Amino acid sequence: MLFALPVLLVFLVFSWGPIVKGLVMSVQQTNLVDPVKWVGLDNFHYVLTDPGVGQAALNTLWFTLLALLFGFPVPVLLAMFLSELRGRSWLYTTLAYLPVITPPVVAILLWRFFYDPSPSGMFNTILGTVGLGPYPWLDSPSSAMPSIVLEATWAGAGNAVIIYLAALTSVRADLYEAAELDGAGVVRRVWHVMLPHLRGVLLLMLLLQVIGTMQLFTEPLLFTGGGPQNSTMTILLLIYNYAFVNGDYGAATALSVLLAIALAVLSAVFQLATRGWSTE
Amino acid sequence: MSQERGALSDADRKLPRVRVPFVIGQVLVLIGLLIAGLGPMLWLFKAAISPTQDSIRSPLGWFPSGQVQWQNLATAWQQGHIGYYLGNTAYIAAGTAIVSLIVCTTAGYTLSVLRPRWGSVLSALILATLFVPHIVSLVPLYLTVLKLPLVHANLTNTFWAVWLPPAASAFNVLIVKRFFDGIPREYFEAARIDGAGSIRVFTSLVLPLSRPILGVVVLLSIISSWKDYLWPLLVLTNPDLQPVSVALPKIAKVTELNIQLAGLFLALLIPVLLFLVFQRAFLRGVGLSGGIKA
Repeated sequence: MLFALPVLLVFLVFSWGPIVKGLVMSVQQTNLVDPVKWVGLDNFHYVLTDPGVGQAALNTLWFTLLALLFGFPVPVLLAMFLSELRGRSWLYTTLAYLPVITPPVVAILLWRFFYDPSPSGMFNTILGTVGLGPYPWLDSPSSAMPSIVLEATWAGAGNAVIIYLAALTSVRADLYEAAELDGAGVVRRVWHVMLPHLRGVLLLMLLLQVIGTMQLFTEPLLFTGGGPQNSTMTILLLIYNYAFVNGDYGAATALSVLLAIALAVLSAVFQLATRGWSTE
Repeated sequence: MSQERGALSDADRKLPRVRVPFVIGQVLVLIGLLIAGLGPMLWLFKAAISPTQDSIRSPLGWFPSGQVQWQNLATAWQQGHIGYYLGNTAYIAAGTAIVSLIVCTTAGYTLSVLRPRWGSVLSALILATLFVPHIVSLVPLYLTVLKLPLVHANLTNTFWAVWLPPAASAFNVLIVKRFFDGIPREYFEAARIDGAGSIRVFTSLVLPLSRPILGVVVLLSIISSWKDYLWPLLVLTNPDLQPVSVALPKIAKVTELNIQLAGLFLALLIPVLLFLVFQRAFLRGVGLSGGIKA
């Protein structure tokens, strides 16, 4: 019992407690000064009729879609390639992991400088040498979100590469040998042995990436503060504004609960839809 | 036992129509990774010791004015107080690692070795938190720290506010428990027969045997606390206590560009050095996280 004390205390106060409290607070009105008032579904009503929420939801989905489009295939292909390198792959994995180790604040401040919209900005200079640009990057409502996606993909890809590599090292060599003896070429070995082996991890990483990208916060806060014209206002940034700018904790928790429910439904549907594929 | 091999066999690797594209691919991927992985860091180093005008006018230049300003780093360290904020960050990271270590080792020991009757319930409750998105508890967690239940203490602007919450990590508990599960049961029986109590078994048998996994936990918690921004921003409003991640955006607003970039470089240096030195443990930890999630 003595040994279970730290974990019980820490989880009770900082994990289970807040989760329950979050659910309760979403049906309360509280500003830390006046006594707590039970308001039923008022918070949810308020949140769902706030036009900003629809916009933020669309922005968040747009980010998720873009992030999957760019961020999902790159690490898979890279890991598949690196797994064939044998001894020398440490140099590649080290390089791929360096952006992951970069503190997000450092990365964002640095990239904000790279995204300088003037013709002498870093990226505009590079693209200018091949006759492209200058682009406004973060300064235009249409290109601000893709710019954030680009940085987020750079920052996150290394982690996924390592996870896929770990999964690939467990492919048994005799499977490849058997395939080879049966006359399967390299392409068919990749397609019929390597990819099926990754299927479980791939599906899971897809889900985790969607869940992760739906909780985008630091990048829009530090890159654009949600602008220009709210084009990078995400759900999480809105929750932050509700709670810590407006002091409306009820609305903030209601929106959090809605997001959590959306994510839970998404995972459940995803699990059901892919149940047939994930087992070999 | 099967030896290490991938989709390509040794025979394949000797075929020119496989080898040539494979080698070209290796070179291209290496160049791409050098640009993406090392490029920003090297550029930041160059910019940190250049005059501001160089970085603004010709960001791609190699010291066109031939002027190396090493003093930028010193200015950022002292006048920008980067050194001071890095100290805070290190203190926060060390505390987080220690608290996490205490929680996950004792929890792992309870669940894996002592195995009380309610162990499976505790296990399930801890595991369940993995499936709840963090966002649900952000605001209530903040309010919890503002006014701790029962004792009514306010933890904001104390380091406990950043040390304690990350210790409630189901992932850490799980990887440590799994490692403990792998220790042969006979060891514990032998120790008990020799008269060792459960505390003795914990401190002189389990902990020394599990050094590799404890290293992984320490590294991962140091790095994640080093990278954290939102939480310290919320609970450490006193500038004297803030870590470098919270301080940098504020410094960026009031400081000249070259000093600002020098500050970024200094903030980047330590995590990168930690990573390069303890690379194996890192990559193992990340691989483990994939295994747990799968």
